[in-house]
Amino acid sequence: MIKFNLFVLPFSLGLIYIAWSIAMHYYRWIKALPAVDKVKLSAGIRNPSKIFASLKEIFLESLIHRKLWKRNPMLGYMHMSFALGWFLLIVIGNLESRIYHGSHINAPYYPIFLKFFIHDRLVLFFEIFTVPAFFRFIMDFILLFILSGLALAMIKRKQSKWFGMKQTTNHSLFDRIALTCLWLIFPMRLLAESYTAGFFGGGGGFLTQNLGRFLVSVTPGSAEMIAYYFWWSYSLVLGLFFIMIPNSRYMHIPSELLLIVFRHCSIQPRKWGSSFSSLEANSCSRCGICIDACQLNFAAGISGIQAVYLIRGQREQYIPENVAMTCMLCGRCQEACPVGIKVDSLRLIKRREIGSGQVSSFSYLSNSHPGFADVVYFAGCMSHLTPTITRAMEGIFTEAGVNYLFIDRGGSVCCGRPLMLAGKDKQANELIEFNKTLIRQTRAKLLVTSCPICYKVFREEYNLPIRIEHHSQYILDLVRDGRIALQSQHRRVVYHDPCDLGRGGNMYEAPRELLRKISDILPSENECADALCCGGSLSLMNTPLSKKDEVTKNALESLLKNGPDILVTACPLCKKTFSKHSKTEVCDIAEMVHDAIPGRQTRKTRNVNEPVAVNS
Amino acid sequence: MPDFGYTITKDRQLDHDHGDFRYISLVRSIEPSLDLCIGCGSCSASCSAAGFTDFNIRKLHTIIRRGDVESVKAELKKCMFCGKCQLVCPRGVNLRNLIMAMNRAIELLG
Repeated sequence: MIKFNLFVLPFSLGLIYIAWSIAMHYYRWIKALPAVDKVKLSAGIRNPSKIFASLKEIFLESLIHRKLWKRNPMLGYMHMSFALGWFLLIVIGNLESRIYHGSHINAPYYPIFLKFFIHDRLVLFFEIFTVPAFFRFIMDFILLFILSGLALAMIKRKQSKWFGMKQTTNHSLFDRIALTCLWLIFPMRLLAESYTAGFFGGGGGFLTQNLGRFLVSVTPGSAEMIAYYFWWSYSLVLGLFFIMIPNSRYMHIPSELLLIVFRHCSIQPRKWGSSFSSLEANSCSRCGICIDACQLNFAAGISGIQAVYLIRGQREQYIPENVAMTCMLCGRCQEACPVGIKVDSLRLIKRREIGSGQVSSFSYLSNSHPGFADVVYFAGCMSHLTPTITRAMEGIFTEAGVNYLFIDRGGSVCCGRPLMLAGKDKQANELIEFNKTLIRQTRAKLLVTSCPICYKVFREEYNLPIRIEHHSQYILDLVRDGRIALQSQHRRVVYHDPCDLGRGGNMYEAPRELLRKISDILPSENECADALCCGGSLSLMNTPLSKKDEVTKNALESLLKNGPDILVTACPLCKKTFSKHSKTEVCDIAEMVHDAIPGRQTRKTRNVNEPVAVNS
Repeated sequence: MPDFGYTITKDRQLDHDHGDFRYISLVRSIEPSLDLCIGCGSCSASCSAAGFTDFNIRKLHTIIRRGDVESVKAELKKCMFCGKCQLVCPRGVNLRNLIMAMNRAIELLG
């Protein structure tokens, strides 16, 4: 039996190249890991439960594409047909080839082009129940499965809405070529196998055999020659696709496997970047789901800066400054990403490169002892612009009889996050150290803040030895402990999740539980992890403020659809931003609680349609 | 100095022949909303840093506009970047980016 033909060469060369390339990439990513992460990795891969968890996730995400199924069944099916279908084609094709092969060692191309070499006819009736016939059926079935996915992929190019995607990525030329190769692979295989089966009158399954018989009958000329051309084409597109992988978006296929293993070994992105971030960038499939999630895209019409383009820039070693800087870092894209890439950390790495050069000097800050207390209240800069919040908090502290210290009453030293969002981490450190000393001096056991921006940075950067709580959680605890009694006002409210508290601090339930005690919560379109950004984000600096206004108006429209009496949030910046455009009253949760304490109500309900009385 | 019961105001005369206007034109090209400023001073009134030290963003802006940059360089470093100024600005000047732009201009032009 001859087991070689010249046409296998393009495929074989492509395979050798991609195998070498992936091995080199893996080697570099692992070698360039920081020492701490290397230790984590070597401990992780010796731990069977972590290996099992990694394999399970690889199966569910890389083959089945579970997250995509959840997002949209058509999208999930399309990706599963390619990934799982191709995987099964390789595995079962290998098993099938063993029937016809004496030894256990196959040339890698042999299973791929098996039907070229083997096309014996199953003549007798009972032979359709034999093992070869079974394999032929299965292989044709899988091929059909993949082709159905291919048909969906083609439809998706024109009708992405059917797949739950309003917009898709604007791909580079290189990605388009790779995509064309990928699309051609399976039709070429179908035609090659069909013509061969048709010509020899055997060797095919239900699909290729019947299609082959038909094709041979309608095509003039030598069917064997035509088949041979298609075998060449099949091998060529396969080889070309392999060669395109390392420089195209399809590098996500091998990269994601390693990324999943890294994650299960608890390796995290580093502040100044590491090979983990490079691996993350390679794991992006440029599916463009992040584009739909981005409010700057759908509310403000800003394109070209979304996560997918940032990551593509990172892979091409060139991120334009405006791509890195034009982002609210709201985290919506990160939440939507089916690969779970930490886009915000990638963007901040780039911002740090840009912002680290500029110097700051806060030597003017002088430390005087703040005094002692059980609870430190840090209102934050933004809360100083919304004094109703700080007043409400003080009222609540007093009502609950808490020994508290309003540490930034006289004026606040910024928590440092606004500087960090501009990439000025080094400069922010000076503020962080100052605040840390101040907080430590109070000997308090608990730090309460009204600002989710401060809350996030306190938890992530301060390393304080005390508990840190946002006021929504703190007030809820006070209510649970019976230290403040509340009386429901039965106002119809919609709760808006601030980005840094929700997606950034994973706190969704506490404010809702608190609100349920004092008001009637109405549902809104985008809740919890899917919540919209108010548009006030301190992370976005370089766009005209009118663009931010557009985001705010769009978010308000969505939030106020059910016509609440009050729009409640838990962030002074959200309150300030919404108040500018909202006709409905905007309140912080602390104010709501304060007004629900019998006898303490201070806030007058504002009716925007009535003229404001001016005190003379 | 003995207290004579009065002070002499520092000379505030500006010689436009010696002003360096490269900075303001660069800043303006990066952040055009600067031209919306009416000099009301809300930014400085709300400023976090100003609560601790003599830092006045309205003044810095005016000084750069007049072509005098040297005195601004050290002052700018005091900004904590918290963004309160921007939220209170009645004219919608993108103040955080303005400060970034001033820093950038100093970085580029020396």
